[in-house]
Amino acid sequence: MVRLALEINGSKQTVDADPAMPLLWVLRDLLNMTGTKYGCGVGLCGACTVHIDGAATRSCQTPIATAAGKRIVTIEGLAQHGLHPVQEAWIAEQVPQCGYCQPGQIMSAAALLAQKAHPTDADIDEAMAGNLCRCATYFRIRNAIHRAAEEMHS
Amino acid sequence: MSTKPSPPPVKSRPTLSRRTFLATSAAAGGALVVGLTLRGRLHQPDASLDPFNAWIRIYPDGQIQLVLNKSEMGQGVFTALPAILAEEAEIDFSRITVIQADNADGTGGSGSVWEGYKPLRQAGAQVRETLIAAAAHRWNVTPAECRARNSQVMHTPSGRVLAYADLVKDARRLPLPDPNTVPLKDPKDFTLLGRSIRHLDIPDKVKGVARFGLDVRVPGMVYAVVAQCPYFRGDLLRFDANRAKAIPGVLEVFDIPTDPNTANKNTREVAVVATNTWAAIQGRNALGIEWKPGQYHDESTESLTSQLRAGLDAQEFWNSTNTTLNPDTVPAARRIESVYEFPFLAHATMEPMNITVRLEDGRCEIWSPTQAGGGTQESAAKILGIDKRDVTVHVTFMGGGLGRRFGVPFDHQALQIARRIRRPVQLVWTREDDFTHDRYRPACMHRLRGGIDGEGNLVSWTDRLADTTIIGQHDPKQAQAYELGGALDQPYPAQHFRMSYVPVESGATRGAWRGVEVAFNVFSVECFIDELAHLAGQDPYLFRRRLLQNAAAHPIAPRSNYDGKLADPLRMIHMLDLATEKAGWGKPLGPHRGRGISCFFSKTTYLAQVAEVTVKDGNIRVDRVVTAVDPGRVINMNGIRAQIEGAVLMGLSATLKERITVKDGMIQQQNFNSYELLRMPDAPQLETYLVEGGRPPGGIGEPPLALIGPSVGNAIFAATRKRLRKLPFRFDEASS
Repeated sequence: MVRLALEINGSKQTVDADPAMPLLWVLRDLLNMTGTKYGCGVGLCGACTVHIDGAATRSCQTPIATAAGKRIVTIEGLAQHGLHPVQEAWIAEQVPQCGYCQPGQIMSAAALLAQKAHPTDADIDEAMAGNLCRCATYFRIRNAIHRAAEEMHS
Repeated sequence: MSTKPSPPPVKSRPTLSRRTFLATSAAAGGALVVGLTLRGRLHQPDASLDPFNAWIRIYPDGQIQLVLNKSEMGQGVFTALPAILAEEAEIDFSRITVIQADNADGTGGSGSVWEGYKPLRQAGAQVRETLIAAAAHRWNVTPAECRARNSQVMHTPSGRVLAYADLVKDARRLPLPDPNTVPLKDPKDFTLLGRSIRHLDIPDKVKGVARFGLDVRVPGMVYAVVAQCPYFRGDLLRFDANRAKAIPGVLEVFDIPTDPNTANKNTREVAVVATNTWAAIQGRNALGIEWKPGQYHDESTESLTSQLRAGLDAQEFWNSTNTTLNPDTVPAARRIESVYEFPFLAHATMEPMNITVRLEDGRCEIWSPTQAGGGTQESAAKILGIDKRDVTVHVTFMGGGLGRRFGVPFDHQALQIARRIRRPVQLVWTREDDFTHDRYRPACMHRLRGGIDGEGNLVSWTDRLADTTIIGQHDPKQAQAYELGGALDQPYPAQHFRMSYVPVESGATRGAWRGVEVAFNVFSVECFIDELAHLAGQDPYLFRRRLLQNAAAHPIAPRSNYDGKLADPLRMIHMLDLATEKAGWGKPLGPHRGRGISCFFSKTTYLAQVAEVTVKDGNIRVDRVVTAVDPGRVINMNGIRAQIEGAVLMGLSATLKERITVKDGMIQQQNFNSYELLRMPDAPQLETYLVEGGRPPGGIGEPPLALIGPSVGNAIFAATRKRLRKLPFRFDEASS
C-alpha cells in the first residue's frame, strides 16, 4: 500500500492503494467516480477508456503507479463546461441505447478527434475497433463522430 | 424532462382498489393520481397486494410524474411509454418526469409497448376526461363543450382556459371514468406519437452519470466475488481461505450453498469479500480452489453435435401437421433436404451481472439492474424468511438485458453473503463469470425436407427441430409456446406440412435471449425457402412472392397443435416489394458480390430485408442492409429505428462471430478474445424503411434480429453459389 498523488480532471487527488491496482478500480471503488465502466478487465472491450496525457487508454490495464503524475481525464471531466462536442453529437444522433459502453466510446472518439480533425471511415474503424457495443449502436456512433468533427471545425 | 432514480422505500402500502383509490390518495402530495396495470410478459403482477403497478401523478404545481413498472435496458421504454400517456392525456410531454417503480417486473419479450399501448392510453384518457369534467363543473358548462390540449382545458365556445395544475384539486374529488369505456383519441389526431422523440435517458448516459447496477454506492458497503464451479454439476473439493485473506483488502472468505434453482444446486461456492472489487478478484485468484467434475464431465461440443444429429431421427416428442400423409413420401417433381446448425450463445451484456444488498432492522433493500424486480423481491423474501413487504428492490438502469437479467443465481449468492457479513455488499460477476455461468441460447439443429411440383409450388414441407430446449423437456405445450415461433408458423403454403420436435439433454443451463427461438427458426425457414427457389430455378424474391400470393388466394390449411395467427400474406408481400425496390433488387452488383432476401412476421410486426455482401478470399463482408418494417403504429420513430438498427447488427454478430463451445463438461469461453462480438469495422451501412400499417403497435425489440442471418446466408449463396448452413458462418465449412 502506497500513497499516490493523482491529477484527475484537473484536480489533485491522493489515494492509498496497492501500486498494482488498476486505475479503473481506483476511480470506481476508491474515488466513487463510476462514469468509467468495468466491462472485461483485460483491455478487450474499451468500456473503461480514459485519457492519460491526452491518449485514449484502457484504465483496467493501467496500474495506478504508472498513472501517477500524469493528466487523467474521465468522462466526468471531458467537458470543461457543459458538454463536449462529442457528447453533443452523441445526443444529436441519439446514439446510446443501454448506454453502458458509451462513456468509453465517447472517450475514444474524443481522443480520435483531438488527433484527426476530419477522420475518414477507415480512421473511425481503426480508432473505435477496441470499443464494443452490445446494443450495436455502431451505425449512429459513426454518424456522431462525423457530426462532431464538423461541429468542432466549422 | 428527466428520469429519476427510485424514491426511498415505503414502509408499508395500504391495499387499494380502483373504487377506493381517489379517497386514499391523499398522501400523494395533493396530486391527482391514476393507477393502471401494465402486464409483465413473464411475471404476472400480484393483484392481491395492489391492483395497480404503474401510476400517473399530476401535482397542483403542474409537475407530472409517471411511475413505471417497466425497466430500461436500452430499448427506450422510459421514453415510449410516457409519450403514449402524454398523447392521450393531452399533457405537455416536456413536463413529464419518469420514475422507476420499485420492484418493477416482467420486462422482456418485446412486450412493453405492444402490451402497454392500450392500458396507457386508457389511463391517459381517464386523466384527460377527469380534468375536463373538473373544468366543465367550474365553468358550469357541459364537458362536450370543452377540449384538452397541452396540459390545459379550453371551453371552446368562450375561449376560456384553465391549466391542468389549477384543476387538480377539483379533479381529485371526482370519480374516475371507467378505463374500459372512456373515449380514446382518434389516432389521426395524434400530435406526438409517430414523431421522432429524443430519449429522456440519453443526456445522463453521455455524461457518465446514469446509474447502472455496478454504479450503486451505499454507505459502508463492501464488494464480493464468488468462485463458482466451472463444471456442469460438479462439486467443490477444497480451497485455501488463508491465502485469499492474505491479499490486502480482503475481509472475509467463506463458502455458501449454491442457488437451488441452478444446475449446480448440490454443491457450494466460495465468496470473497473485500474493501474493493479488485482486491476481491485478487483474493479469489489466490484461493487455489479445486473442483470435481460432475455427471456431464464428458460433454463437449462434439458430443452435443452427435446428440443433436441423433435427435433428427429420434422418436418425435411433439408434432404439428396439416395432412394425414407423410410429406416426405408424397409425389413431388423435385426434393431437397438441408440441415442447419446453431451453437450455444452467450448474452454478453456490457454490464456484467451484479446486485447490491443491504439488510437492516429486519428489512432488505436491494439495488439491481433487473428485468424482474418483483421476482427478486419474492425470492429474497423466501430466502431470508421475511415478509415480501419488507423487501424493496430498487431497479437501476441495465447495461443491457437481452433476457439474462432474471436474477438467477446472483440474487441468491448476494443474499447469502449479506446475511453472513451483516454489511451492505455489492456482488460483482467478472466477465469470466458472466461467460462461464450464463444461461445460454439453446444449441440446436433443424432438418428441412421440401418437395416442389413442376411450377415450383410447395408439395411438401417437413421440419424436424432437435433442440437443447429451455423449458420444453417436460412439457410439449411449453415448447410450442416458446421455442417453435418462426418455424411452426412459417407463412408459406405447403400442401403437406409437418413440423416435429425433439428435446436434447445438456449440462449447460439454457435461457432466454433476445428473440431466442425466432433467430434459429427463421434462419432455417428463410434459407430453406431460398434453396427451394433455386431448386425451382426461380428468383428468390419472386418465388416467395408467388407462394404468398397463393396463400392469400387459398387460405393455408390449419396446422394441428397450433391456434396462433399466421401472417397476412399481402402485408408480407408489401414488405418484400418495398425492401427489394429500395435495395435495387436485380441490378448487377459486380464480381464477388451478392444480394440475399428474407421476410418474417412476429408479434404483429411484418419485416423484409435485403443484404448485400462481398465474399473474397474466404472473407465475408456485409456491405449494406435494407430493412422494411411494418410494426403497426409507430410510437417513437427515433426509438423504433434504434431498436431495428441494433437488432439487425446484434443478429449479424451472432451470424458472423458468436459461438460458445463446451469441453470436458465446461464452457470454454472466458472473455471477448474467445467470444467475439461484432465491432465497428464489421458494421454495414443500414437503411431502414418504416410503413405504419394501421394497426396497434407490435413488438420491435426482437423480431428484426431474426432476418439478418438468412439475408446474409442467401446473399453469400448469390455471390458464391456456396450454401452456409452452420452458424457462425465459416467459409471453409461451406458446402454446395
